[in-house]
Amino acid sequence: MNRLLDFLLGRDQKSAQLAKERMKLVLIHDRTDLSPAEMEQLKDELIEVISRHVAIEPQDVRIEMAQEGRQQRLIADIPLRPVRQRRAR
Amino acid sequence: MAGKVITVTSGKGGVGKTTATANLGAALASDGAKVVCVDADIGLRNLDVVLGLENRIVYDLVDVVEGRCRLRQAMIRDKRLPELYMIPAAQTRDKSAVSPSDMVRLCDELRIDHDWILIDSPAGIERGFRNAIAPADIVLVVTNPEVSAVRDADRIIGLIEAEEKGPARLVINRIKPDMVRRGEMLSAEDVLELLAVELIGLIPEDENVIPSTNRGTPVALNGKSKAGQAFRNIARRLHGEAVPFLELSEQGGLWGRLRSLIRPAGCS
Repeated sequence: MNRLLDFLLGRDQKSAQLAKERMKLVLIHDRTDLSPAEMEQLKDELIEVISRHVAIEPQDVRIEMAQEGRQQRLIADIPLRPVRQRRAR
Repeated sequence: MAGKVITVTSGKGGVGKTTATANLGAALASDGAKVVCVDADIGLRNLDVVLGLENRIVYDLVDVVEGRCRLRQAMIRDKRLPELYMIPAAQTRDKSAVSPSDMVRLCDELRIDHDWILIDSPAGIERGFRNAIAPADIVLVVTNPEVSAVRDADRIIGLIEAEEKGPARLVINRIKPDMVRRGEMLSAEDVLELLAVELIGLIPEDENVIPSTNRGTPVALNGKSKAGQAFRNIARRLHGEAVPFLELSEQGGLWGRLRSLIRPAGCS
C-alpha cells in the first residue's frame, strides 16, 4: 500500500530506509523467538480468552511488540464494546 | 597494576574484529600503556599478520594453556611499540583446546603487569566466543552498517547480556559517509537505534587500511588516516576521556560546497 502510494507520488524509497524498517521487524522476532505466525496465533487466543469475560471489538484489537532500549514489550490495545450496545442485544 | 580485559567480538565474520584489536592495541600502546593482544581465534589465526609479527612466532596460546611453555615465551614484542605484545592463536588446533576458565586464568596472570589485555574473538556464538568473553571486563562489538552484520551484532549483544558481561559497547566500522548521505547505507544513528547500545567508535571506510594491513603496520600509527584517528579516539574513550565522534556526515559535493559558501554570509 505504502509502496503504491510512493509509486503514484513518484517517490522512491531509499535502500537505507528500507533496510532499517526490515531490520526493526527482524530484530523483534530474533529477540523474542516469536515468528509472525506465532504472533497471529497469540493474538487469536488472546481475543478468545478475553471475549469469554467481556465483549470486545475483535477487529480493532491491536497487539504489537514495542522496543524500549534493549527490552521488548508486548502491547495490547483491546477496545471493549460499549455497554449500551451490549444491552441492546 | 590490575589490567583491564577488553574482548573484541562481532558475531559475523569479516567485519573488522582483528583490525580493530590490532589498532586499539597499537593506539593504547603508543599512548604509553602496557598492552597485550591475545588472538583467541584458534585454527584461524590472523592477528599475527595484521600486526606484522608472523615470522616471530615460536609458541602459541595453546602451548601456554597446555603447559609446554611459560606465558612470557609465547608473548611476542611488537617491533615498533616496545609496550605492545601479542600472543598468537594456535593454527593447527581447534577451539576446544582452550576452555573459558583457561582464558580467565591466563588473563589474571596478564593483568598483573599490563594495563590492557585485548582479546580478538573468533566469529560465531560457539565455544570460541565463550572463551573470548569469559575473562572480559569490557566487551566491544564490531559491526558494519549492513543488515547481516547488524542482525548478528544484535544476537551477540543479547548473548553478552545473558553472560552478564554487558552492556556491550558498539564499534561501527567501514561507514561510507557519501553512501549514507545518498540514503543508500544505514547511518550510525540508524544502527544505534536498532541495536540500542552505547557507541564507542565510528570508523569510516578508509583506503589506508588495506595497504597498512599489507605491510603489517596498524593504521592507527598513521597520523593522516581517518580510520587511524577513529581508532585512536576509541583508545582515548577507553581511558575515560570524552572525545567527540568524528563528523562523518559533513556536506561534501557541490551542494555542500555551495552551503559552505552561503553560510558565512547568511546565518552565522
